[in-house]
Amino acid sequence: MTINGKAYIAGAFEHPTRKAVDKSLAQLHAEVAKGALADAGLTKDDVDGYFCAGDAPGLGALSMADYMGLQLRHIDTTETGGSSYLIHVAHAAEAIAQGKCSVALITLAGRPKAEGMATGTAPRNYGASAPDVAFEFPYGSTVVNMYAMCAMRHMYEYGTTSEQLAWIKVAASHHAQHNPSAMLRDVVTVEDVVNSPMIADPLHRLDCCVISDGGGALVVVSPEIAKSLNRPLVKIRGAGEALKHQMGGKVDLTYSAAAWSGPRAFADAELTPDDIKYVSIYDSFTITVLMQLEDLGFAEKGQGGRLVADGNLISGSGKLPFNTDGGGLCNNHPGNRGGMTKVIEAVRQLRGEAHPAVQVANCDLALAHGTGGSLGTRHGAGTIILERE
Amino acid sequence: MTFQQRSIPAPSVDPDTEDFWAAARNHKLLVGQCQDCGEYHYYPRHICPHCGSSKTSLIEASGNGTIYSFSVMRRAPIPFAIAYVSLAEGPIMMSNIVDCDFDQLAIGQAVKLVYVESEDDGPPVAMFTPA
Repeated sequence: MTINGKAYIAGAFEHPTRKAVDKSLAQLHAEVAKGALADAGLTKDDVDGYFCAGDAPGLGALSMADYMGLQLRHIDTTETGGSSYLIHVAHAAEAIAQGKCSVALITLAGRPKAEGMATGTAPRNYGASAPDVAFEFPYGSTVVNMYAMCAMRHMYEYGTTSEQLAWIKVAASHHAQHNPSAMLRDVVTVEDVVNSPMIADPLHRLDCCVISDGGGALVVVSPEIAKSLNRPLVKIRGAGEALKHQMGGKVDLTYSAAAWSGPRAFADAELTPDDIKYVSIYDSFTITVLMQLEDLGFAEKGQGGRLVADGNLISGSGKLPFNTDGGGLCNNHPGNRGGMTKVIEAVRQLRGEAHPAVQVANCDLALAHGTGGSLGTRHGAGTIILERE
Repeated sequence: MTFQQRSIPAPSVDPDTEDFWAAARNHKLLVGQCQDCGEYHYYPRHICPHCGSSKTSLIEASGNGTIYSFSVMRRAPIPFAIAYVSLAEGPIMMSNIVDCDFDQLAIGQAVKLVYVESEDDGPPVAMFTPA
């Protein structure tokens, strides 16, 4: 069954905070929920489906439904790291199509900055019962050095350069200068990026996203409800999801699960990459963007460096405008999970509500994509294609 | 440059992997092999991830391999090189490259097995050094 046209995104909200010392995790979830419902013109009493992932406190949906006072007939707590929220949008559309709910609320929140978490550089132990931990944690695997090994292999196989990767950060910084909420608003150059301190070869500090608190929420509704609301119509046209892992030791770091989720989404939407006017691409690191763009079909495998170089991702002048809010590289990365904000900026673009300096002209088709986990090895991927009606 | 070895956290041992870690105490690196499909796998486990068979066994690896990819973690109290190493037997395993000049490491470089002690009297951990 296709989900093309079965549901709409009616509400979207990004929390303005970037450091939430004075707010609890549950409070952040509830604040973004309230913001997205207000954006849609709905209230919490309209919500009958709720979606959250591993960032939600306590028992997840149970704890948050309790805190917010939700009466639900459908829940989904799919957890694929930072890509969870893209998959939640797809699952919400499927649930709506099946009549399981009609107003689906999706929330994300986190406060790693308030908690002093070394998100990218400290080895993370997901617990002794995780079967991979004994074979990775002793080796000092961190988010940044795992992604760095993908970049190193990409450079080896395809000749990708640090300067090409740097262009991704440069483009994000051009967009972030217009976003008053962005953590990093200074426009940077390729030289700034490649001369910033090396964190894990070949990734420099400016190849890495920011660490921030905050969150975001989405409201996905049935077509009937969408058309009854006084908001622009943002239709879910296609979606795909996929997991990739170590294949029992047949590790291949040159591609991500976007190579599977992307074609599924395009087939669902009956579109090709050439049709897309704007892309939101998870940018935990510069290499994340480059590999995902290749895997989604915006460039041949190995040619991503050429695609992203020379300002091609900058809105207004480039041929493939991306992450016009500044993305994770410059704006925010709430809860170390960038999938939610990718959808929110795509919705802004389709509504014509992005900052005028970065608004894409006649933006009627947008793609949002996220990776959660470790690029190249164990991760989830979610792709959605949205259309303004 | 003198190589400085960081302290290695002890791996957690469970019923699925206790034979693997017992062998590590004798500096033997084991990889899984399926008796039905014949494929190697790593990390070892009791059900083959390739064909689903329960007839898995542990085979001693030669300890020879090449660097598939690596990254030197410069932003660490004691910098270290994480790597994926392609074993001669086929599987690619995460490891560290030790006793080396970080600036001379390269993808494709031949490496050989060494063992490094872990904290708290844990089992020693398989690492590699330039061959």
